[in-house]
Amino acid sequence: MSGGMKQLDLRRFPGFFAITLACVAVLYAPLMVVAVYSVNESTSITRWGGFSLAWYADVFTGPESPKFQRAAMNSIIIAVLAGTGATIIATSAAVAMHRAGRFRAKTATFALINLPLMVPEVVTAVASLIFFTAIGFSGGIGTILLAHLTFCIPFAYLPIAARMQSISDSYEQAAMDLYATPREAFRLILLPLMRPGIFSGFLLAFIISLDDFLITNFVKGAGVETLPTAIFGAVKQGIKPNIMAISTLMLGVSVAFVTLSWLIGRSGQKTQ
Amino acid sequence: MIGTVISIDRVEKRFGTFTALHGVSVDIADNEFFTLLGPSGCGKTTLLRCIAGFEPVSGGQIRLNGEDIAPLPPYRRPVNTVFQHYALFPHMTVLENAMFGLQRLGWGVVDAEGRARQALELVHLSAFLKRRPGQLSGGQQQRVALARALAPEPRVLLLDEPLSALDLKLRQAVRMELKQIQRETGIAFVFVTHDQEEALTMSDRIAVMSDGRVQQVGTPREIYESPANRFVADFIGETNLIEVPVLNISNGLAEVSLPGGRAIQCPTRLVDATQGVLSVRPERIDLCAPSEADLIATAGAQVYLGTDIQLKAHLAGGEQMTVRLQNAAATVLPQSGARLGLRLEAGAARLLAA
Amino acid sequence: MAAMAPGGASGSDIYKGNAVKLLLPTWLVIGVFLLIPVMLMAVYSFLTKEFRGGVIWEFTLTAYDQFFLNRGLFGDDPASIEWTYIGIFWRSIWQAGLATILCLLIGFPTAWFIATRDARMRTVWLLIVTVPYWVNLLIRTVSMKFLIRDEGPLNAALMWSGIIDAPLGIINTNLAVQLGLFYSYLPFMVLPVYAAVERYDFSLSEAAADLYASRWTILRLVILPVVKPGIIAGCILVFVPSLGAFLAPDLLGGAKSFMIGSLIEEQFKGAAGNWPFGAASAMILMAIVMIVLLAYARSQTRETRT
Repeated sequence: MSGGMKQLDLRRFPGFFAITLACVAVLYAPLMVVAVYSVNESTSITRWGGFSLAWYADVFTGPESPKFQRAAMNSIIIAVLAGTGATIIATSAAVAMHRAGRFRAKTATFALINLPLMVPEVVTAVASLIFFTAIGFSGGIGTILLAHLTFCIPFAYLPIAARMQSISDSYEQAAMDLYATPREAFRLILLPLMRPGIFSGFLLAFIISLDDFLITNFVKGAGVETLPTAIFGAVKQGIKPNIMAISTLMLGVSVAFVTLSWLIGRSGQKTQ
Repeated sequence: MIGTVISIDRVEKRFGTFTALHGVSVDIADNEFFTLLGPSGCGKTTLLRCIAGFEPVSGGQIRLNGEDIAPLPPYRRPVNTVFQHYALFPHMTVLENAMFGLQRLGWGVVDAEGRARQALELVHLSAFLKRRPGQLSGGQQQRVALARALAPEPRVLLLDEPLSALDLKLRQAVRMELKQIQRETGIAFVFVTHDQEEALTMSDRIAVMSDGRVQQVGTPREIYESPANRFVADFIGETNLIEVPVLNISNGLAEVSLPGGRAIQCPTRLVDATQGVLSVRPERIDLCAPSEADLIATAGAQVYLGTDIQLKAHLAGGEQMTVRLQNAAATVLPQSGARLGLRLEAGAARLLAA
Repeated sequence: MAAMAPGGASGSDIYKGNAVKLLLPTWLVIGVFLLIPVMLMAVYSFLTKEFRGGVIWEFTLTAYDQFFLNRGLFGDDPASIEWTYIGIFWRSIWQAGLATILCLLIGFPTAWFIATRDARMRTVWLLIVTVPYWVNLLIRTVSMKFLIRDEGPLNAALMWSGIIDAPLGIINTNLAVQLGLFYSYLPFMVLPVYAAVERYDFSLSEAAADLYASRWTILRLVILPVVKPGIIAGCILVFVPSLGAFLAPDLLGGAKSFMIGSLIEEQFKGAAGNWPFGAASAMILMAIVMIVLLAYARSQTRETRT
């Protein structure tokens, strides 16, 4: 069909590709610029002074490094604990929602699981602050952890439930037909089949916890910082190059996580 | 019944207000290839799931060698299932799948592996032990499912439409093999299908089901040639059903009056009736001269089927009949609209309840 | 599949009777740490403020009164409508709406372009568009601030190349907030629209073309109506978080771009705060969001019924 008639391709719209490129440019330009400036020799963040890893060294050894390291440690501990807790709770909920037949509170439970997604973040932040103050919990790692655990549940639930939906219950029936007790059917069949979903759920919850600024800022109390609140505090006093180094490091961690979860998701699809 | 391995005794199954099984009773013999045949929604799969233990019965007993197993969970019943879509564990190898049941029964790894290998050999899959189910073709997966269910040597093997996911050619080959494996192992097979050809070619006996009831139990020949009622006659194969007045019945032989007035005798299970339905298979009707005919008809449309030719014929009363003629060189086909004589072969007609 | 009786069709009830045990942790955690706090917040919005932050347990409508009505400096003038807070809410709705439209205008062509690639390129493009979403929101916002500052690389590059000779002055404007919101929530638009376009049956386009429709007519009369559910979902997912956004207006906007998030946040910071007023503002924000979500849910059920 060379030359001759020009095929009308109904999938193509003029300009859509250009818009896509512009979209990608807007998404990446700020991150790229920050990454580039993080290896800038100059102390001035406006002028280029040659390549240097000085600001990365500053992040680990500089005068502000203990503060950021403590904050990073808090962030990671909270994200691991809240992510793990939320994943366990969400796994249990997903099993009930997909394997316990019909029960009365099902619709209400579904709404409850999704409640943290529907309530605006700032409202959750305010409500949590009021609640913890009212019951006399002073702000700290504990309150941050409880708040994170709560809003991480729906994020952990989404991939787990999606995975669960694609697992036919005939696998467990086959296992029980072959003399597996319900406990064995769960441990040997359902759990291994759910694993990719559970893993994605954990990663998602982990990243969401690591990402949170607003709710943490409300419930953290004085003196306790996570990485986002520490960065926010520093940025309020002006953007310094060490912030760009930290940002670039966090960018790297995020990209690594997404790639990991993508690869796992793909291998999960393959075994199906 | 002597040698009964599983006895289904007045089994009821209700889902809310819907009754899926109305007191079904069937005895299945040891070493028998027994088929549950019926249309979608007739209750055959429900009955199978009740035997396996996936559905609790609402009433009645399921006795395995005399012991009621209805209260037992599936993992306490010496009964295994080949699932419709196989339900092979995707995260395990073929060998691990086949070993699964044995290990749950407490067999050691070495013994379980030996037995699993034997089972896989039986279905000619020894070359695929380390593969995952996802790497096998549909036919191979079906064999793994069979080997997995046979490995623990169950008293009864339940098969839930196991051939429905295979393509036609493969399905025909597997039928013979399945039958042979049943003979070799001597295990009673309970086979669920909606495909009557499958049921007729493989089964020792068939239970035809509809609307949660067993309509007839019998050998393929009995089911086809002596259907117990209108549903069975209509569901199994093609048939012509003609409403007729009954002149008299004695000793299982009825005298009926055909449309057009001619009286014939035919076998029946009825003892007493004034009105009935005559069932005549299309291949057991011949064309003849109108003077010698049982029925006079007008020739209608012809459908060319290769080995056969199907001919539609209309009786004077408006009833439509189907006649199957062999596609032989000598077969002379009537012109559409021509007057035809139809002769029912001896024993071809059977009187059923109206 | 055959012979599955109605009612037993789901069959997935291996854990029947265990629902309570399995769901108890979910109920407890979300119930105690979100549902009860939101209810308590509702109660707080009707309490009297205490001056060092916190509340006195005395019922009053002061917080809502203060939000909507102006009674003068000493509270004894005849009540007139107080525009300050309604204005902030109105600006927030306006900003969030504009951000939603911006995301749609850019997001739809992007989603369309990605969904019409072959399977391999589709995953690559999807990954490209979603990776920024996984980068910490604060860091993304800070990066945007860094890029568009008067002395930042964008202005520097434009001035160096001679296109402009003074900084554009984008930072601390509504436009900067727009950029920030767009940047924060664009993937929320692209993903649902992509999912809808991917399911779109292209023979519909061919049928329309066969019936003499031009490319853009097909887009307007066939494609947009068919993928509408995805577009609406995307709009909700962008609009709702934009409405309550804190970081983008706080870091990128100036005093003139003050939005709901900052208004509420201020009421809980230090001694100048006013908890009941903050709680009341949060209640009003939540009411707006719930109205949007309910309208969406209703349109969804109507959609599935037809």
